Amino acid sequence: MSMLSLMLRGLGRKWVRTLLTILSIFVAFMLFGFLAAIRVAFASGANVADADRLIVRHAVSIIQMLPETYGDRMRRIDGVKDVSHATWFGGIYQEPKNFFPQHPVIPDDHLNLYPELLLPAEQLQAWKKTRTGAIVGRTTADRFGFKVGDRVPIQATIWPKKDGTQTWTFDIVGIYDGAKSGTDTSPLFFRYDYFDEAHRGTRGQVGWYIVRVDDPKYADAVAEAIDQTFANSPAETKAETEGAFLAGFASQIGNIGAILTAIISAVFFTILLVAANTMAQSVRERTNELAVLKALGFGDGQVLWFVLGEALLIAGLGGFSGLLLSFTLITVVGDPTNGMLPVFYMPKADLGLGLLLVVLLGVGSGFLPALQARSLQIADALRR
Amino acid sequence: MSAVTPEPRPKSLMLHLDGVDKSFKRGGQSIVVLEELSLKVPTGEFLALMGPSGSGKSTLLNLIGGLDRPSHGSVVVDGQSIDSLKSSELTRWRARNIGFVFQFYNLMPVLNALNNVALPLMLTNLSHAERRKRAEIALGIVGLGHRLKQYPRTLSGGEQQRVGIARALITDPKILLCDEPTGDLDRASARDVLDLLQVLNRDLGKTIVMVTHDPQAAECATRILHLDKGRLIRESGSGANP
Repeated sequence: MSMLSLMLRGLGRKWVRTLLTILSIFVAFMLFGFLAAIRVAFASGANVADADRLIVRHAVSIIQMLPETYGDRMRRIDGVKDVSHATWFGGIYQEPKNFFPQHPVIPDDHLNLYPELLLPAEQLQAWKKTRTGAIVGRTTADRFGFKVGDRVPIQATIWPKKDGTQTWTFDIVGIYDGAKSGTDTSPLFFRYDYFDEAHRGTRGQVGWYIVRVDDPKYADAVAEAIDQTFANSPAETKAETEGAFLAGFASQIGNIGAILTAIISAVFFTILLVAANTMAQSVRERTNELAVLKALGFGDGQVLWFVLGEALLIAGLGGFSGLLLSFTLITVVGDPTNGMLPVFYMPKADLGLGLLLVVLLGVGSGFLPALQARSLQIADALRR
Repeated sequence: MSAVTPEPRPKSLMLHLDGVDKSFKRGGQSIVVLEELSLKVPTGEFLALMGPSGSGKSTLLNLIGGLDRPSHGSVVVDGQSIDSLKSSELTRWRARNIGFVFQFYNLMPVLNALNNVALPLMLTNLSHAERRKRAEIALGIVGLGHRLKQYPRTLSGGEQQRVGIARALITDPKILLCDEPTGDLDRASARDVLDLLQVLNRDLGKTIVMVTHDPQAAECATRILHLDKGRLIRESGSGANP
């Protein structure tokens, strides 16, 4: 019999209590895993945003359109390198719960501005040759089983066609991947020229512009210059870095990071109390046995490690299994909201933090009971 | 040529307590438990300590076993002055030299008889197989070779105490310290345990110091010491005195 097996048998003594404690830790670390993925989902845009990209939208609101002609004027501003634009299409595939974004874009311009979208060259050529062609990200392609050659009908909610019908049918000509783990590969992109010609609304309108600056150091100055260029026009602009734009978008819901940190801190504090209480009870109940161990020749340090080891085992069994299951579910099943959180993964840093928290929880919950066991006076304890 | 009969060699001293005091602080007051106590126990003796509750019997046993330290005086076991040992040294010394038998057995309820007995061997470098073998032998000595896999809750009081004795024997200690080993047993089981202790003393040469309230149990010892209020007040022989 080893020390580990002695610890495991000790845990089995009050197995219901041990199991409940392990379960509570398991749930806490499951929650930790999912909250980490949710935090990433909300912060993903800002995290993967390039420092040299600006987003230019209507000064009043993102839902107000900008003239397509602004693009050429922006290209003439000092410090602007490339310009592209996109528009929110807001269509539905089969039913509303099947949400994924769709944007009409200019293929070359858009892929130039977003090099993290990896599309095979022959698929880009096919897209440029096919007026009704669309490319779709790997996440959405996998979700709905889209493949090159499919025709995908999308019901318009904002942009009906000229003939009054709502259905836009796109030919899938390519499937793109993300260069980074945080790259959003849920959108479907189709050609702006097809969109602009086929929809019933005003021609030559775009949702927002994406601008690449020559030097990220001057991004703010370029943004200001863009806004000044269109000041006092019918469609004034608000230009800002992509990171600021996306962070501002997420913060409309609230400071997600702070909210999640507060939740997880409260959960962990509670779990620490639960686990520490379990260990303290366990040591109190076994005062006599621990004294016997010492009488048999087990040293103070060995008894300390014995108790601390039990606490680490409880934290480890609950914590590691919680982390493992949440990591597996997040990786294999992915976004549980059917597309609302397209970038949904558990970063390695959070996995590492979770593992560290497991150890800290074990040490934190077992430290005082272990010290208590270490300082146990054999003669006193045997008299109890 | 005349035959020369050698003089019997004097027995070596297993235990020597000299001028031992032990007092505790309780509620700001100093309570004297043992006072100026001196005692010599030869190797191989079976000594019974008797006395009323609070007379200091168990405290004396704790001092001999290194579970507690005297306030004054010295405790020498088999030539080793244990009151001068550091805490960690005392722990190691105890593991090698002392076997404890407790009134309430103090077995680990989550371990079977075999693992309970093998517990002290976890502190050695013996292989798993060797530990198991020795535990089986120890349980065989106490007559429980057929109940290796039984957990304490499935054993009678007498059997549990015999497992406790096997655990005390497993490291082959020089001295067995028994604190009321029959105090929780019925008459028949108590008799079995006492018979076993006598066998260990007689056949294996173990020095035994046993605390008991029971005069019949004390009769099994080779010498009986009576304590009262922390002092040795009387010494008597016993039925087992050779």
